[in-house]
Amino acid sequence: MAKKNVAVEATAESSENAIALHETAGLSQGQIIRKRFFRHKPAVASLIALIFITLFVFSASGIHLGTDQHPITIPGWWKYTLTDIPDTNFCGIAVGCPNWQHPFGQDPIGRDYFALVMRGAEQSIMVMLVVGLIGGVFGTVIGAVAGYFRGWVDAVLMRFTDFIITIPSIIIGAVIGFKFGNLGVVALAVYLGLFSWTGLARLVRGEFLSLREREFVDAARIAGAGNIRIIFKHILPNAMGVIIVAVTLMLAGAILLETALSYIGFGVQAPDVSLGSLISEYQDSFTVSPWLFYWPGVLIISIALCVNFIGDGLRDAFDPRQRRRITRRDLIKATFKKPAEEA
Amino acid sequence: MLSFIGRRIGVVLLILFGSSFIVYNLEAVAGDPLADLRTSSAKNKAFLIAQLTRTLHLDVPPPLRYFQWLKGVLGVFTGNPDLGKTRDGLLVVNEIAAAVPITIRLVLGATILAILLGITVGVITAIRQYSRLDYSMTFLSFLMFSLPIFWVAVLLKQYMAIDFNNFLASGQITPPWIIGASVVMGLILAGLISGDRKRVWMIFGITAVATAALLLVVNLTNWILVPGLGIVGVGLLAAGVAVGLTSLIVGFENKRVLYASLTVVLATVIGYFPINAFWKGKDLNAVVMLFPLVGLVLVAVVAAVAFTNVDRGSAIRTTVVGSVFAFLFLLIDKLMQTWGQYINADGINLRPIPTIGEVSVRLSSNDFWIALMDALVHVLLPTIALTLISFATYVRYSRASLLEVMNMDYIRTARAKGLSERTVIVRHALRNAMIPLTTLMAFDFAGVLGGAIITESVFGWHGMGTLFRAAISTQDLNLLMGVFAITSFMAVMANLVADLLYSALDPRIRIGK
Repeated sequence: MAKKNVAVEATAESSENAIALHETAGLSQGQIIRKRFFRHKPAVASLIALIFITLFVFSASGIHLGTDQHPITIPGWWKYTLTDIPDTNFCGIAVGCPNWQHPFGQDPIGRDYFALVMRGAEQSIMVMLVVGLIGGVFGTVIGAVAGYFRGWVDAVLMRFTDFIITIPSIIIGAVIGFKFGNLGVVALAVYLGLFSWTGLARLVRGEFLSLREREFVDAARIAGAGNIRIIFKHILPNAMGVIIVAVTLMLAGAILLETALSYIGFGVQAPDVSLGSLISEYQDSFTVSPWLFYWPGVLIISIALCVNFIGDGLRDAFDPRQRRRITRRDLIKATFKKPAEEA
Repeated sequence: MLSFIGRRIGVVLLILFGSSFIVYNLEAVAGDPLADLRTSSAKNKAFLIAQLTRTLHLDVPPPLRYFQWLKGVLGVFTGNPDLGKTRDGLLVVNEIAAAVPITIRLVLGATILAILLGITVGVITAIRQYSRLDYSMTFLSFLMFSLPIFWVAVLLKQYMAIDFNNFLASGQITPPWIIGASVVMGLILAGLISGDRKRVWMIFGITAVATAALLLVVNLTNWILVPGLGIVGVGLLAAGVAVGLTSLIVGFENKRVLYASLTVVLATVIGYFPINAFWKGKDLNAVVMLFPLVGLVLVAVVAAVAFTNVDRGSAIRTTVVGSVFAFLFLLIDKLMQTWGQYINADGINLRPIPTIGEVSVRLSSNDFWIALMDALVHVLLPTIALTLISFATYVRYSRASLLEVMNMDYIRTARAKGLSERTVIVRHALRNAMIPLTTLMAFDFAGVLGGAIITESVFGWHGMGTLFRAAISTQDLNLLMGVFAITSFMAVMANLVADLLYSALDPRIRIGK
């Protein structure tokens, strides 16, 4: 009865609050976050699209690891590979227009462009994942240790972070790519990952600095938990939101960095291909055979766009201050349903 | 405070020392500058190798060579820095000194434009949260966030340069374009302004018709080939901006500030012919060209002080910003008058928008305005590309920051005591919301010198990025370290400046305790 009165008399804002509270009542933190994330439609659509693109690309092109001398290859379902040179079809002034045989067309040499683009996308996704993994782990651990122990550990680690920040990522990427580009894309990704954790480390440190002063940390310590246990079991789960969001943005940055490096010739080296190197190679044939230019770009944009939207959805889901927009429909639903439920 | 700055600078120097030492040695070990000579078939191979070894001191082991290099760099304090020689025997200092202005020209405009536009759009979308405008701008900013610049650049070159130049042959907008542009403008404006269905349709109709009429007038007056604003255009635009700024910053009901702003507009209109005559003068350069701006700003300050007696600070701000806009309109008008002369000049031949390069080499004119026009059309495409991409960051950050501030208690207090929504946003929310953005800006400005490697390569500019690429691919250690020294110095200084700015703007943050 009291609740009913509140719902009727409350101002717009407190009734919105009531709806938000009602929706999350009785759910665990994880459930709330999942629920919020799945309400963010662009993010869910992007997640589905990204999973689809990844599966499609990897299954079409196969998986290529190892170096040129010792390749480890799992073939994909697409009939052509990078080295195949099927017959070229002619169409007007251009060669190798898209047709059923070659859905993305053929490049001037006659290589199947679908195979090239899929391979490039495979490289880019691989770089993205490896950079995210390495950068995420390094950034989290360094930031956590610095923020938790403070004092000289913090000073040393943060000066080290500053030190890495002074080296612009594109410079280090170019030096690395130029020197080690032919070791294969995974090596490139590992090196890039080793230099891309700085922003995350600072964020995690800030989060740890404030979280370590909270009561639950004292409680854990009194209960006899050691430093490692407190860091990983008690504080880290609370900092997870910041970390996940920062890592997603790092992923989008990584794919753009890799393609940019390959574009200026410091990333993935020929004969291997990357989305960046494909664009660099065929940008001049834009007027004659535009498909050679569009497809790699479309893939870069769709992957980066999906990752960014997922990051946005996660940010909303993890941020307790972020309230969903309460639509008029929700208000009506809440006003009419609640009494019925209570009855 | 001073001791804090001193300590920080000490740490910064240590970090710079460490990182330059490591990069120097890494690069010296990883790259062999003699590699291509060793495999060359030149007859005087041994001599060439010996010569290069001598100029680059390759016989000294890298760690020691680093200190030789460092000694040269420390010459900065005595006024003659020595960054060593490139492989071709040129002084690195000179190479960098030549590249820096080019890079600044390339990136600075885009950075400023991205900041201004990005913050404006971010603030508007935050105020109109969850509107159609907000959703579409969010999508657009994510899209721009995900764009690879080298891909956009190719599209821009095709559609903004080559196709536009083709279009200039006639200079007449074709009917399909007029219809398309009118519909698009109508849709945009109808999307911007909310209201019930009838109002939206009315806005759509009025905008579309107005756009079509405007484009027809443009066609009839051959405006694209012989553009110009004229004294009326400049006056109207300046008056519009003056009124807009006044209502935005101090509120329309503050008539005194409005009169002060309109005084500046009056001064602009009166000064139109004298300023244009002054600009026709013979030995004009970039500094002398700005004299009218100084005059207008002075008028603005005097007018604001004369008309108002309370809250003079914001009155002066309003009139000064208005005077800068008035000057910009005068400048645009002058450039438009130059346009016809420029596109018909030798070496341009009605194809004014270039796809690569920083100046037209075939342009033979030493007129200041032609040269300025030339510089502007060359910087146009890179600026658009760079702005598109960094614009998105500012939209996202300023929107998030303002939304967070708008939820604070003091905003509620400000509203509760009856302040107008304009005052709440402009005076209370915006100022605090912009504080976190200073960090972003500091880093962006620091990145100006080093950050446009890709852009320079796509648009064929010879700035720092080109130097850097050349240094990497030819194993030119001194050149690479020269570029690195500048960019890393800027990065750490930006860090420091960001911290200081932050603590100056936000009294809750105390440093140096």
